Amino acid sequence: MSQLILSKKSSQPAPGTFRYQLASFWSDFSASRGALVGLIFIVFILLVALFAPWVAPHDPAMQDRSALLVPPVWHAEGSWNYLLGTDAVGRDVLSRLIYGARYSLSISAMVVVISMGVGIFLGLLAGYFRGWVETVITRVMDVVLAFPSLLLALGLVAILSPGLTSAMIAIAMVQLPYFVRLTRAAVIGEKNREYVIASRLSGAGHLRLMFNTLLPNCMAPLIVQATLSFSTAILDIAALGFLGMGVQPPTPEWGAMLANAREFMGSAYWAVTFPGLIILLTVLMINLMGDGLRDALDPKMKRS
Amino acid sequence: MSRDAVLSAVNLTRHYQIKGSPFSKPATVKALNEATFELYPGQTLAVVGESGCGKSTLARVLTMIEPPTSGQLTISGHQVSLKEGQRPPAALRREVQIIFQNPYGSLNPRKTVATMLEEPLKLNRKEMSAAERRQAALEMIAKVGLRPEHADRYPHMFSGGQRQRIAIARALMLNPKILVLDEPVSALDLSIQAQVLNLLADLQEEFGLAYVFISHDLSVVRRIADDVIVMYFGQPVETGPAEEVFTTPRHPYTQALFSATPVADPNRRRERVHLKGEPPSPLAPPPGCPFAPRCHLATKECTRLDPPLEHVNERVAVACIHVDQAAARYAVAG
Repeated sequence: MSQLILSKKSSQPAPGTFRYQLASFWSDFSASRGALVGLIFIVFILLVALFAPWVAPHDPAMQDRSALLVPPVWHAEGSWNYLLGTDAVGRDVLSRLIYGARYSLSISAMVVVISMGVGIFLGLLAGYFRGWVETVITRVMDVVLAFPSLLLALGLVAILSPGLTSAMIAIAMVQLPYFVRLTRAAVIGEKNREYVIASRLSGAGHLRLMFNTLLPNCMAPLIVQATLSFSTAILDIAALGFLGMGVQPPTPEWGAMLANAREFMGSAYWAVTFPGLIILLTVLMINLMGDGLRDALDPKMKRS
Repeated sequence: MSRDAVLSAVNLTRHYQIKGSPFSKPATVKALNEATFELYPGQTLAVVGESGCGKSTLARVLTMIEPPTSGQLTISGHQVSLKEGQRPPAALRREVQIIFQNPYGSLNPRKTVATMLEEPLKLNRKEMSAAERRQAALEMIAKVGLRPEHADRYPHMFSGGQRQRIAIARALMLNPKILVLDEPVSALDLSIQAQVLNLLADLQEEFGLAYVFISHDLSVVRRIADDVIVMYFGQPVETGPAEEVFTTPRHPYTQALFSATPVADPNRRRERVHLKGEPPSPLAPPPGCPFAPRCHLATKECTRLDPPLEHVNERVAVACIHVDQAAARYAVAG
């Protein structure tokens, strides 16, 4: 029995290596079934988006005038040519969903990168220097938070002229306060720890202390926030698209698809249901994955 | 003294301002009051006293984490003039390093031991190559009694004693002349304490280090200290060579402190000097001698003036107006 345990232990990577950390992270992460399901789904969507030209049966912008509002394949009138049916101008819903994943995912990724990058920087400044720097940054963030997020995004897009880039900037702006607050709180908590003082005494300057010493120790909550704000970004992009302020036609984007098919909700449910369903599923799965990440990265949640 | 002091403090004082709110007046906390001492290479100066007496404030001022409110601090012949929030100048931070009490907070959890040890070199010895830094880190790891394979591990993989060794190694990377030890062993197991203390003694001999050893463990202090400062309520009440202070404590507070130390001798009977009450609140210091409210020798005079530190002989100084009486009583009781 004891031999069995010993031999099992020796097959694990040595402590201290990157592989060991990865292995312990993975065992914590995969302990949650939901996180695993989320991860698999996200990887699947990513692959589909990446290989869209090969996976999609049709050109997403091609309009088949002979097949308007064809129902999905399981209906009597459905055809194998259009698996999930067509919309009001005869475009294949499935192909548009597949191509739409490219837009939704890449826009959301950009949004997260922008808001996380800027948010971490501002949060570090606020938490590290305190004083008036902190007051200015947090007050501005409070103002941003005080607006309903969609309203603010709408306003920003209206100012910047509707389009992909401005939608991205607007949503990044709306997400910013969460990153700033989180970073600031984490930095304040870590700043007076003795290892930071020791680093300062050995001559580390402000930049080094902020980015090299403090930031790595504040990352765990930020990674979780990144996944959560990724899903919020998908929703917000879809909402902007739905209101006609985001991606402009004929670009296939999930929210815009919803908006265009809205008038046919009664007669052709498929044109509305599938974009809605895919948004719901993606957001849900990302959130599940985010929860798993938090459990795996937060040392306080760790079972020793 | 013929030798040059590596560190000298004259009337070192550190006050903290407490901001007033609508319900309270702003106040000043005198965390450290008029500390004067000198430290020589290869010597250990112990600072003892109960919790909250200003020991750690002294450590923070000496390591230039905080500037003194007034008084002079001279390190290796350089007068320190530091402003609030300023980093210590490069030349001086090589001279003084600190070891913290809690080895669990003093090591960056996201860095390997080697990275941590190389950081001071990276910042202060720009001429060194990466390979040289690595070599220096490995040598230091060996010196503090760890093995080379420990270099690439993270702090959470070490025990408290090992972590403290890593902290010591990091402090020594820049070849400082002075090491401020802020209760370096009080968070460790008794058996580990001895090991770390022995390591510190070996390193002191090897590098000619001067230690400022802050502690409340008197049996440890007695073993390693050359000189002692006994602090009470932010000010030194008795200073002198360790041997003399320990054999004939003169200040009533020192006597009480020492008589509270357990002695491993069941046959020994000793009258204990009991202390009444609590240390006074730093926000409302008592008039006169701060120890007067708890002192068994206190007279009316004690509440009128705060006695300065006065030499009772060439090397020992005591801040008490009843020194003679206290010393006599202790001799009888002991």
